[in-house]
Amino acid sequence: MLGFLNASKRFRALRDRTPLGLLQLKHDRLRLLTAIAGITFADVLIFMQLGFADALFTSNTQYPRAIQADLVLISPQAKNFSNLRTFPKRRLYQALDVPGVATADAVNIGSKVWRNPQTREKSSLMMVGQNPDRAAFNLPEINQQIERTRLPDSFLFDQAARGDYEEMIAEVQQTGTAQTEIGVRTVTVTGLFTVGASFGDDGALITTNQNFFRHFPNRDAGTINLGMINVEPGHDILSVQADLIKHLPGDIQVLTQEGYVDFELNEIQSNSPIGFVFSLGSAMGFIVGIVIVYQVLSTDVNSHLSEYATFKAMGYRNSYLLGIVFEEAIILSICGFIPSLAVGIGIYSLTSAATSLPMAMTVGRAIVVFVLTVVMCGASGAIATQKLQSADPADIFS
Amino acid sequence: MTQQPVIQSQNLNHYFGSGKLRKQVLFDINIKISAGEIVIMTGPSGSGKTTLLTLMGGLRSAQSGSLVVLGKELSGISNTGLVKARRSNGYIFQAHNLHGSLTALENVQMGLEVHGLFDKKARHQKAAEMLEQVGLGDRIHYLPSGLSGGQKQRVAIARALVSRPKIVLADEPTAALDKKSGRDVVNIMHDLAKDQGCTILLVTHDNRILDIADRIVYMEDGRLSKPPAASAAAKVDKVATP
Repeated sequence: MLGFLNASKRFRALRDRTPLGLLQLKHDRLRLLTAIAGITFADVLIFMQLGFADALFTSNTQYPRAIQADLVLISPQAKNFSNLRTFPKRRLYQALDVPGVATADAVNIGSKVWRNPQTREKSSLMMVGQNPDRAAFNLPEINQQIERTRLPDSFLFDQAARGDYEEMIAEVQQTGTAQTEIGVRTVTVTGLFTVGASFGDDGALITTNQNFFRHFPNRDAGTINLGMINVEPGHDILSVQADLIKHLPGDIQVLTQEGYVDFELNEIQSNSPIGFVFSLGSAMGFIVGIVIVYQVLSTDVNSHLSEYATFKAMGYRNSYLLGIVFEEAIILSICGFIPSLAVGIGIYSLTSAATSLPMAMTVGRAIVVFVLTVVMCGASGAIATQKLQSADPADIFS
Repeated sequence: MTQQPVIQSQNLNHYFGSGKLRKQVLFDINIKISAGEIVIMTGPSGSGKTTLLTLMGGLRSAQSGSLVVLGKELSGISNTGLVKARRSNGYIFQAHNLHGSLTALENVQMGLEVHGLFDKKARHQKAAEMLEQVGLGDRIHYLPSGLSGGQKQRVAIARALVSRPKIVLADEPTAALDKKSGRDVVNIMHDLAKDQGCTILLVTHDNRILDIADRIVYMEDGRLSKPPAASAAAKVDKVATP
């Protein structure tokens, strides 16, 4: 009760206080505008970097995101979707023993060089084998044509693949098929879908597990890359996950679908150059912001040094003066953030229209950038307040 | 008017610098100032007047000897004690030192806000009354940049006196003003101080305003001494204005 009274008293004191920081900022409009423009610039820079990074992360985890399974089994040595390593297929059958597990299916992923039928050049594609009776991905375009992959050496081809495939795509659209080679085998493209290229591969071919192993004769047919588990209705996914971890030997990771997507994202963020490049870009924006805000605040402190010394002579504590600087920092961070949010949304929609990268302003990112802005301004304020020490009240008498 | 001293110093010494560069600037200052007294301190520049003023105002801590202000020993006091001691004084400086982003009214109420006793409304009301008393009732919402030198100094006086301090310390308040504004400023200080019963210690070279003093103290080379003959004092002043 006493604490509450104290707090409300403090709040009243705060509201009663002359808003010196605000008044100081308002007094010098040009300086205020410079500061706001600087913070907005820094924030837009950060928004762009985070947006691009996120767009690249999203576009490179499209297959993992599209997996329709409750739980995912992968090798503990798995790196990412195109480099998952293998584990024994037996684990799938063992998983079926666990109560609550409805289905367990294998997905195989490998990289294969094929000949572009149009340019006759070789390029690397990702080949995905799935169980044609239970679609692995939540991609309707693929699932509607899944029957066309049952014939030997027939594939669905990603028409958003990197490279010149117009003629082949036209041929498939007109006649329903097109032929080319993978190694010594002649293969048939029996359908098209649209996902897009990733870092490692120019595009993807989707087929059945059986067709998959036709093209990877050296791989042990008793191994698979990824296991998909569906849980019976009425069973808790997390408790089935726990049971699976207990039941299966340690040469397997059991992840939820979200957990698997996080695993993929984490891999890109920490082990690929883009994570680093965009973090560096965001850090640059952050530092630019600190420098600009520091410049503005320290100039402001400098030009009010004699006024501050006078306040000290009148008996104001140092903390009161610190409060003025931090008040300015917070006002600046709010005033700089709002326009940057508007500019950021505008640039996102421009970029996504121009590059077809999936860019959108999320609430989470807006909050992250706002917090960064407050930290940025607070840090600049903290550096700027060091100059306050030089406001010596004894000096103004001489 | 009681004759209880509000400021009393005994064998007050003060030094600047340290080690070999240590230089004594105040020597054995013994002074007693009673409540309600208006004391003018004069003397050549560099004689230590301002240093003594800053010691009494709690802007520097006293080093040796004793300095009791309003019953509180300032020699060897803690930093927070000094900050508190400053609040019982009103200051008027040679430069007005008003805050350029605040209106006259807001500047004056800053003298009250430091005490934390009144809410915003009460502070603004008292500040407005104070500005009325210094003859600026029609200028309360002006920024300092819109006021003349004399008007700014009057705002500074209002700021110093609005909290009804026991002691007013002024350092050359008229140095930057012409004869008439200077006279007005001093008269206002004098009248308000007499009204409120506060003690004024005023450092000045300006011998046009010596007549408001109850007592004149002369300082030379860090020592309080007898003032030289009037003509000699005038001569010293002419060459020594900083």
